[in-house]
Amino acid sequence: MKEMTGAEMVIQALQDQGVEHIFGYPGGAILPIYDAMFHQEKVKHVLVRHEQGAVHAAEGYARSSGKVGCVLVTSGPGATNAVTGLTDALMDSIPMVCITGQVPTHLIGSDAFQECDTVGITRHCTKHNYLVKRVEDLPRILHEAFYVASNGRPGPVVVDIPKDVQFAKGLYTRPTNNQHKTYRPQLKGDMAKIKAAVELMASAKRPVFYTGGGVINAGPQASELLRELVDLTGYPVTSTLMGLGAFPASDPKWLGMLGMHGTYEANLTMHDCDVMICIGARFDDRITGRLDAFSPNSKKIHVDIDPSSINKNVRVDVGIVGDCAHVLEDMVRLWRSSGAMPDKKALADWWKTIDGWRARKSLAYKPSSTTIKPQYAIERLYELTKDRDPFITTEVGQHQMWAAQYFHFHKPNRWMTSGGLGTMGYGLPAAVGTQLAHPGALVIDIAGEASVLMNMQEMSTALQYRLPIKIFILNNEYMGMVRQWQELLHGSRYSESYSEALPDFVKLAEAYGGHGIRCSDPAQLDDAIREMIDTPRPVIFDCIVEKMENCFPMIPSGKAHNEMILGDAVEDIGSVIDAKGKMLV
Amino acid sequence: MKSHYSEPPQGQIQARHTLSVLVDNEPGVLARIAGLFSGRGYNIESLTVSETEHEQHVSRITIVTAGTANVIEQIKHQLDRLVPVHRVTDLTASGDAVERELALVKVVGKGEQRVEALRLSQAFGARTVDATLTSFVFELTGTSEEIERFIRLMAGCGLAEVSRTGIAAMGRGAESM
Repeated sequence: MKEMTGAEMVIQALQDQGVEHIFGYPGGAILPIYDAMFHQEKVKHVLVRHEQGAVHAAEGYARSSGKVGCVLVTSGPGATNAVTGLTDALMDSIPMVCITGQVPTHLIGSDAFQECDTVGITRHCTKHNYLVKRVEDLPRILHEAFYVASNGRPGPVVVDIPKDVQFAKGLYTRPTNNQHKTYRPQLKGDMAKIKAAVELMASAKRPVFYTGGGVINAGPQASELLRELVDLTGYPVTSTLMGLGAFPASDPKWLGMLGMHGTYEANLTMHDCDVMICIGARFDDRITGRLDAFSPNSKKIHVDIDPSSINKNVRVDVGIVGDCAHVLEDMVRLWRSSGAMPDKKALADWWKTIDGWRARKSLAYKPSSTTIKPQYAIERLYELTKDRDPFITTEVGQHQMWAAQYFHFHKPNRWMTSGGLGTMGYGLPAAVGTQLAHPGALVIDIAGEASVLMNMQEMSTALQYRLPIKIFILNNEYMGMVRQWQELLHGSRYSESYSEALPDFVKLAEAYGGHGIRCSDPAQLDDAIREMIDTPRPVIFDCIVEKMENCFPMIPSGKAHNEMILGDAVEDIGSVIDAKGKMLV
Repeated sequence: MKSHYSEPPQGQIQARHTLSVLVDNEPGVLARIAGLFSGRGYNIESLTVSETEHEQHVSRITIVTAGTANVIEQIKHQLDRLVPVHRVTDLTASGDAVERELALVKVVGKGEQRVEALRLSQAFGARTVDATLTSFVFELTGTSEEIERFIRLMAGCGLAEVSRTGIAAMGRGAESM
């Protein structure tokens, strides 16, 4: 117990929670905390150029390191600018503590300068939030914020601190291991249910593992255990966008990503399976497609730490509430001790069927010697960087799906993307945060020319902190995914989806003090990518790609997993979805 | 209907459920609960809240909601994962619960109408908590149906104003939350 000001408590609590980096932007109502930070060096502050960038940077930091991401912003616009990032972190279950300044308590509710109802605004986009009205409550709330952010299903927590509370003196208490009064998520799964799940798995004739971001959130040991369980059973594995890397893409049992832009083999395996083992995924609508036709003949096992995820979208036969790592450990142990043996003959037949789907080569595309195909660009980027254990972030759109399809991940925490919210502008700041967590690593933001402009200002942050991030733009001069949907649904009327008046990205890179590269010739692509990798500074790579390329395969709206369309089969994209489907996408 | 999004549930029966929620009585907790219902599109038919254990700062919220079995299950899970929530009990699912409501009813009138109002209030076991030469305020405790019936009768006797608490509920028997 030590007497100090509220502002000093914030810094002390950050130190006691092991925080090394905090992303933020100063302003009037948060100045006392910035002043307290001035007198110490343990917590390093990263000055972003926009509060949204701070939150995405903290997300990249958290997602790539497993630590809690931290953000420090001022009241009013500082807090409202953070809202998109907070929502993104909530949707993708990213642990985060965001400290916001607030006007002094006696002015709350008076429409004071830079006042907003931060806890009211962020109530729906945080896991939990606090308005600290008394300095006596501050130490407990700060420690509780870290506990809530990182335990159970992770998520963002906002702590709103009025300026007078930052100045007030009180007694600081260190974090304790006392149980939280009300929030005690269940980590261990119910053994009877795990036993039932293992029995169901052993009886399967056409099984599939469907894994998600929960495996990544449960820590690297969960990925190890998943690999062990898959090896024991010999069953095929597919994953959501958020789960890429939990299972190595080099393994023959890997089917690729599933869902709207998933592979043919992954989606048909899901559709035709008889036992589905869902681990840390949430049956999102981009995964299931038409719900009444989703994997109609399977028994479903669902492991999730959030009880509200189970039976939310899809009714399951065995729902297990628990941390993926704990439940996987029990599954592996039970599988071993029960001497369970998969039905070898049925499994061999199943793999034969799957190999038939694989032979369809759903990710094939027409190569070109004159223009760079975006798929080719990602393939080359992967080939030329794979030995460096790269970290990949993305923006949102076609490039994101191509990155998920053509870049292959072998380890968890290497893939940072905005899955649930689909936030354009995520990738660049996320790369900043990732690079900070992994100095010396190769960090690449695979971007689109439209998305990247949404948070382009964070190039300055990268320069300031000498973070040699690589921004690899697939430049097709369109908001590509918007254009693709306009082709699918709106008669190819490209309403506002063409990017006119784009900046010269090479000059833009130079203006920021980085290095710019442009390439439009497939023959020169490899050399240009090597130049990017070898440049020890931030790089913007303007990769001019085929403008009209679309993202396939795709489950069109109104269709089930077994009705997906493949790139080489599409003649007239506008006729793929019928009138009723167009109404409801 | 054809869409990537799920279809609205068809032909599923909507049922009324009374939920008891024990929460930490911290600022904003009611907004958090009410916001959960509006944000996720659930119904609130009645909601009552008051601190029940002062030393522990625990409040009991009684919510009457309606939905399909799936929706009710979701509501319980969604409530349960809120940080300040101690426990959620579905009183409807765990058997026949005692459900009571209190109403204050003001009637204004003279002569025969006034006598009739007083006579009916006695028949319903209502207390007269305020009286003037031209008005009464009755206090009635009972099930929502009883209160509805009483209010309907008072409509013919100079009903002027109604204030109701919403439902407070508790499971029967020795078991407690």
